[in-house]
Amino acid sequence: MIYHTINNRSQAVALADIPQVEYAALYADLQERLADERYHVAHYFARAEGGVLRFYLILLDDVEHTIMLSSFAMEYYDDVALPSLTALHPALHPFEREIAELYGVRFGSMPWLKPLRFSSEGVKRGTTIDSYPFYTIEGDSLHEVNVGPIHAGIIEPGAFRFICNGEHVLHLEIALGYQHRGVEREFAATTNRLRQTLLAESIAGDSAVSHAVAYAMTVEKLAGVGVSEALSVERQIALELERMAMHIADTGALCMDVGYQLGQVACEALRTMTINTTQAWCGNRFGKGLIRAAGSHFPLTEAKRAMVRRNVSEIAHRYNEVREDIKSSPTLLARFEQCGVVPRAEMAKIGGVGMAARASGVHRDIRSSHPYLLFGEELAHESIVKRQGDVMARLMMRCREVLQSADYILQLLERCSGEGSQSLPDYDMPLAADSLAVSLVEGWRGETCHVALTDAEGNIATYKVKDASLHNWLALALAVRGEGISDFPICNKSFNLSYCGHDL
Amino acid sequence: MAIALNTLLMIVVALTITGVINRMRALLSGRKGIPFVQHLRDVGVLLRKGSVYSTTTTALFRIAPAVYLAVSVVALLFIPVADLYPLISFEGDVICFAYTLALARLAIILAAMDTGSSFEGMGAAREALYGALIEPALMMGFATLAMFCGYTSFAEIFEVEQSFNLHHTIVMMLAAYLFVQVAFIEAGRVPVDDPRTHLELTMIHEVMCLDYSGIDLAMIKIAGWLKTACFAMVAANAIAATCCFHWWFATPVAILLTGVAIGVVESSQARNKLIRNTTFVVTVLAMATLIFFIGYLLQLNINI
Repeated sequence: MIYHTINNRSQAVALADIPQVEYAALYADLQERLADERYHVAHYFARAEGGVLRFYLILLDDVEHTIMLSSFAMEYYDDVALPSLTALHPALHPFEREIAELYGVRFGSMPWLKPLRFSSEGVKRGTTIDSYPFYTIEGDSLHEVNVGPIHAGIIEPGAFRFICNGEHVLHLEIALGYQHRGVEREFAATTNRLRQTLLAESIAGDSAVSHAVAYAMTVEKLAGVGVSEALSVERQIALELERMAMHIADTGALCMDVGYQLGQVACEALRTMTINTTQAWCGNRFGKGLIRAAGSHFPLTEAKRAMVRRNVSEIAHRYNEVREDIKSSPTLLARFEQCGVVPRAEMAKIGGVGMAARASGVHRDIRSSHPYLLFGEELAHESIVKRQGDVMARLMMRCREVLQSADYILQLLERCSGEGSQSLPDYDMPLAADSLAVSLVEGWRGETCHVALTDAEGNIATYKVKDASLHNWLALALAVRGEGISDFPICNKSFNLSYCGHDL
Repeated sequence: MAIALNTLLMIVVALTITGVINRMRALLSGRKGIPFVQHLRDVGVLLRKGSVYSTTTTALFRIAPAVYLAVSVVALLFIPVADLYPLISFEGDVICFAYTLALARLAIILAAMDTGSSFEGMGAAREALYGALIEPALMMGFATLAMFCGYTSFAEIFEVEQSFNLHHTIVMMLAAYLFVQVAFIEAGRVPVDDPRTHLELTMIHEVMCLDYSGIDLAMIKIAGWLKTACFAMVAANAIAATCCFHWWFATPVAILLTGVAIGVVESSQARNKLIRNTTFVVTVLAMATLIFFIGYLLQLNINI
């Protein structure tokens, strides 16, 4: 056996239980498995362990609903080139690039050995991100357009380099890393669990709840504590509220970018109503402070439930009108349809996840493939999948998911009773020593994966985070190929990827 | 006296249309909206500021706003307000008017190229394309009026016989519609351009002015208002000529017709995909040609 198999509800695994195999064996196995769409890699990272560099691979099996763990090691100063898996399965590119830039590991025949977060030569001191080796094409009729890293408006930094023939985009390359804050390092730098929670909430501001839930689940797995159903329900409601708020905000933003004022103002009002619901619940519009390990400071009391129920019903009702309006407006359809298409085959190949992947027909949804909280038996989730893969599909995906989430929230509220969850947060639970815990959460953007490895004292020694953006930025680059450069903003907005979620 | 009033009214029209658009948009989106004179206050602030220039630019870049504004002022002086009389008027001034505005476009395009920015280069290319396409439509509109009325000067074109004439009314109404369409395109409004967007890659007019600041930017904004006022007033004159040819009628029509039309369109529809703009502008041109032929047939006085 080269894998240790668990699922998304399993407790932490002792590091000793994770098989340590030869790279060649893993390579041969992955080469075959990843060709099948049921498998995809949730995380693949390396860390210095004793005198060796140990690589951990977390593989997901969507059919069996299992998480497969494996590892291999190489001597810290070994200078052999590992045959690259990216060459076979491009979906692995962010992982191999990260390992290469952090540890100087060489991957043989790696087709796209570019920095992920650092300058062009991450291992070489003194080089800056200015020396990023952008792809170039020679040609008299071509011109390059550079956008960023500083953008107009209040958005995060990231460099976009277009190669265009007139208005026509031939190639887009996205260079990120400007938001790198060393999040993963900060997790390991402190033993203060509250500080870690706050850190998790700040990984990406628009996914505060998703990351906080992933962190809380990871810590609870390491501590070996279960949570009450009431607490699970509350977490799930918070997650779905976040999904609703962000999807509605993006619907409005898409309307704004095509100059459609009515849709924009309607969605802005509804988004405010949604985040104000979260605020009325926990005091923060983005749900910060709401999710804590093993308990909550903000139980969903009778009065709060009535408030959430009332607001969510009204939002769903009004949003549905906006949806009908968008679907029946010819000027909007002319902008959104057939624009920024990512075909299914390409999306599957680059390992797209979440909402964007489902809009292209790739069925990646943690809620159904690796159920957590009440998903699965208690609340059967049926993913919405579209085939077109264009901006319209991603927009309609959002519209349907908002209504679905509203429906889930109303269902979940029925399950609550009394004064809500009674347990208080626990920041001092002892964690299992020398163990690994994985948590997967389907945030509004897609797969959110947190992995924690503890040391012999039971402190978190290595913490790895993955936001859906890590995979999906490449989908954006593919979406604008062949489009007019003036359609880049709506393609970009239809994905709405996170810079800081990628850069960490 | 009439000339002074004429010029004054043109300036009033120029300063108020944007306010009407903003109020209209606020009304339709159910918002309180910005005050009616907010755009004037904004420009007032800009006028008090200095300008910052990129080191890659040359004198061309610094002269362009002044040229743009001066040329727009000259264009404004050609336009009569119904029964009043413009400052400049001579045989063939419609042609002179059209190419005066073309000079404004040339100045701003050259200035945009001068910055060396890839954004502004793209904006200049777009402006040149749509400018070249809208020019024949404008000339067709003027040709229709000239042919039908027998004059080539604004002041004389809109002078009318007193009795009601159905053929005259039809041609004037169609011409008014055409000039409102031209106003949309020249003013860079939805569906062709979106003055509110912050996305450089989708802009046409705004992107060419990205490097301007302070007083230069104010001049460009004012010139844009003047330009819009010219087309609004030409359209209003065409309408006024059919029913009530007085300055007190034409002025509010110019403000409301353009202001409300732009406000409603901007609130209720999305802007075009950029490649469809070409189709849109060419459609306006086709319409202008059609109006020309309608005018020609009606002039033959056949019984329809």
